[in-house]
Amino acid sequence: MLESFIEIEDKLLKALKETAFMSLTSLALSVLIGLALGLILYITSEPLLKKNNLIYETVGFIANTISSIPFLILMIFFLPISAFIVGTKIGSKAVLVPLTVAAAAFFARLAEASFSDVDKGVLEAVIASGAKKSHVIFKIVLPEAKVSLIKNITVTAVSVLGFSAMAGLVGGGGIGDLAYRYGYQRYKKEVMIICILVLIILVQLIQKIGDVAVRVISKRGR
Amino acid sequence: MSDEKTATGLIEIENVTVSFKQKKKKIVAVKDASLTINEGEIVGIIGSSGAGKSTLLRTINRLQGVSSGRVLIGGQEIEKLSEKKLRELRNDIGMIFQHFNLIGSKDVYSNIEFVLLESKKTKAEAAKRIDELLRYVGIEDKKHAYPAQLSGGQKQRVAIARALANEAKILLCDEPTSALDAETTEAVLNLLKQINKELGVTIVIITHELDVVKEICDRVAVMNGGEIVETADTYKLFTEPVNDFTKNLIQKESSFQIPRGVLNEVPGKIIRIDYYNETAERALINETIEKFGVKINILHGKIDFIKNRPLGVLFVSVDGDPARTREAYKFIKDNSARTEVLRDA
Repeated sequence: MLESFIEIEDKLLKALKETAFMSLTSLALSVLIGLALGLILYITSEPLLKKNNLIYETVGFIANTISSIPFLILMIFFLPISAFIVGTKIGSKAVLVPLTVAAAAFFARLAEASFSDVDKGVLEAVIASGAKKSHVIFKIVLPEAKVSLIKNITVTAVSVLGFSAMAGLVGGGGIGDLAYRYGYQRYKKEVMIICILVLIILVQLIQKIGDVAVRVISKRGR
Repeated sequence: MSDEKTATGLIEIENVTVSFKQKKKKIVAVKDASLTINEGEIVGIIGSSGAGKSTLLRTINRLQGVSSGRVLIGGQEIEKLSEKKLRELRNDIGMIFQHFNLIGSKDVYSNIEFVLLESKKTKAEAAKRIDELLRYVGIEDKKHAYPAQLSGGQKQRVAIARALANEAKILLCDEPTSALDAETTEAVLNLLKQINKELGVTIVIITHELDVVKEICDRVAVMNGGEIVETADTYKLFTEPVNDFTKNLIQKESSFQIPRGVLNEVPGKIIRIDYYNETAERALINETIEKFGVKINILHGKIDFIKNRPLGVLFVSVDGDPARTREAYKFIKDNSARTEVLRDA
């Protein structure tokens, strides 16, 4: 096992870098986009803010549609669009587009749930006090939903890591690709095991970071 | 808050109906309700749950829009106000809730500061006002505590401070004491009375606790099935209710069953005596005993005070010579508000 580890050390490091690049970049982008979409879903479904069925149903339909397509197919479907946006059909960069789209749709629904969990009574109280709706959203709803949002970002990060393992199919590289090409196609069982171990460690690491962030934020506040 | 319309009350609810569509079914929460609330009054809205009390209360600050009818505050129809004017009006109308509804991620100071900054006060003005408010509601020492660290009574005090932050003229209270124990309820009600008296704040309070009504309300509106079925002075409502629903509601509260064992053992006539207004002032029992030489045994009794006026009910047995007992009963009947024979001699 150690021998094969040394043998693939370079490849593993390269794969790790690719995975980190794809996951982190698309996580950052999808959190921003998903947060905005989640806010739109929340605001348009809340009678105390700006209820609007048409916008809610439209945005919700788009998010649902994206979520219902398996990532593998979404990725292939998005290749021409990737080429248009990032200028290439192959490599880690090309994978960023479908990865971000899928993760954003996923996170949008989770964010909507985080916002909806904010106490309706608190919302009522601050609106009754004469506060501006935009201030209610950014100064009350967002801070109140913070802890729940961070938990959901953690869940999204783990999903993104999982999605990114399929990037090899379009030459995106990454740990998943390494496991597939060496571990499966070249019958190197050890490589497969090492890759799985690395992925397990990464998921644990993401979860740990999320937990610590929640603890730090919960300490201030309630 | 002036208008060419002649305003008789500070808050005028005129023929207000509120209906919702829920799963294609139309639900009428408030039906043709009219109520006038004068400046400086404490008005209660009572009724069973689902009677539309909360919905009606929320039409006063337009948290709930009306389907038809009008709500006027100081002569201004609030349905017609722009978003900006509505926010200004809401600065004048504070609101407190059963579950306090404090912002959990902010401490006491920031909870109150938020509403002050929203009404364009500077940080320095806010700081000064917050100190004043916390002193007034008696929780200066909790300035930097978070809601989760406070007791129910303390949370309601913070909520009251927040509601009054912008010198509100009206305070809407949605079951403010229903989540509090008896002792804390008393303290919070006293604070509300003080606010009404010292600051001249008009208070509208919804509750299902009749004790709360007796304690602080000048007038009461009774709601049933979305309608206001009766509006009366508090003392009058408890002594001479007109509507059947009101009678039922009040009777439920004061109903008392004499245990069967007692009914069998105690000799003589058993009667229930209600007394209020001027009849409550007399030493009726004593007079009857002296005048007719009958034995009177008090089985159960309760006296409430509404705005310092007594309202009582007594269960007594009258025993002695049959003719004298009859005369004694007639005397009691003529000199009390209402009597009822529970068992004849």
